[in-house]
Amino acid sequence: MIVDRSEWHSPAAWIFKSNAARRTWVTEGPHFLGHIITHLQLDPRDGRTLLAAARTGHLGPTIFRSTNGGRTWKEAAKPPAFAKTADGAGRVVNHTFWLTPGHASERDTWYAGTSPQGLFRSEDGGDTWVGLPSINDSPQYREWMGAEQDGTPDGPKLHSILIDPRDAKHLYFAMSSGGVHESLDAGQSWRPLCKGLEVVGGFDVNALTFHDPHVVRLCPAQPNRLWQQNHCGIYRIDRPSDTWQRVGRKMPKKAGDIGFPMVVHPRDADTAWVFPMDGTDVWPRTAPGGKPAAYRTNNGGKTWQRLDHGLPTEQAWWTIKRQAMTADAHSKVALYVGNTGGELWMGSDGGERWRCIARHLPEIYAVEAASF
Amino acid sequence: MKVLIPSALRSYTQGPWAEAEGATLGTLLEDLDQRHPGIRFRMVDEQGGLRPHMRVFVNGKPVLKLGQALRATDDVAIVQALSGG
Repeated sequence: MIVDRSEWHSPAAWIFKSNAARRTWVTEGPHFLGHIITHLQLDPRDGRTLLAAARTGHLGPTIFRSTNGGRTWKEAAKPPAFAKTADGAGRVVNHTFWLTPGHASERDTWYAGTSPQGLFRSEDGGDTWVGLPSINDSPQYREWMGAEQDGTPDGPKLHSILIDPRDAKHLYFAMSSGGVHESLDAGQSWRPLCKGLEVVGGFDVNALTFHDPHVVRLCPAQPNRLWQQNHCGIYRIDRPSDTWQRVGRKMPKKAGDIGFPMVVHPRDADTAWVFPMDGTDVWPRTAPGGKPAAYRTNNGGKTWQRLDHGLPTEQAWWTIKRQAMTADAHSKVALYVGNTGGELWMGSDGGERWRCIARHLPEIYAVEAASF
Repeated sequence: MKVLIPSALRSYTQGPWAEAEGATLGTLLEDLDQRHPGIRFRMVDEQGGLRPHMRVFVNGKPVLKLGQALRATDDVAIVQALSGG
């Protein structure tokens, strides 16, 4: 499933279907042509419910829900929205950025992260959404979120909502900006998890406003291990430790360890992939040198291997956004990346061989792999 | 009264015109939402403000406040701003 948006109009979502061999792909879509779809997620608990976070250039944000694998869609009765304040000067959800299905034991629970930063929960399969006051109404968290100017160009975001598969009450999320946070009581209270993370030179590492995790992933095979692509490097943490280790220092100097997406292996916690971008001087946010490549570690970040076979070898100045890289769960794992140039690439055998499976799409915001 | 609906919102009304009543623009949009659930939140945010790029004209004149009084004979048109593109 991929979702796109352009600067102003012409976005949509597409579903690409294949079989276990993954040699040929059938295109379904566009769905929601004209809507900016920031995320589209399949519910792994039933294999048929899909949620899509949508807005258009003119219209406010909403959630669309399908219970039949995308054949028909219905709008949420109560999409994520902040509490109304008496003076009408409260925050306004610009768009829902991130969708996470809840724990396997909580059949109809979903979580959503918004821009500006807000955390919401649905307990009816995504039809109605309620904000978590512990985040949305907390003065301390509002301070850590910073102002609009501290966020990404199209709005500061709450993302990377993670559920511990062993404990429905154990949650993580991240904010750009605002750091990584953990709850042990299903979101009633939170504490920062930012020790060891670096910030841009000259700023106070103790001020969470300056922390910018781009994406955080939890290893399904070893839920005590989390990986993170941050504005300031690639990190790993093994709980119960509370300190992140910058494993990206082992990346080749030419590639650096700056980027947006990060993907973990479905069964091997020592294996993870990143897709670096140029984070030098003014941050071109393109493939370093115009030569895109994924990098993989098979040993927990001690060493990294460049994976570029089949990708353009020169003058390719696209990059990959934080939600636009994923892996499937087949025995031979394939990677999927959607780029800012509207191309969808598949990296077979863990990224060993790349091929383009769709092009001429709008800029791609998110890619998710799912088994129907 | 009859309300002109922009193309982006016609998936709610199934056509370019919708019926709604209200003594103010705000109550008119609430009534419109009762008849076509979900349409108001696409135009009005959770703090009660008209969203950027949404415009409302009453008898051909732009209105920016939901408190604007309406008469039963008014022509109300909801349109998308051109917004430079």
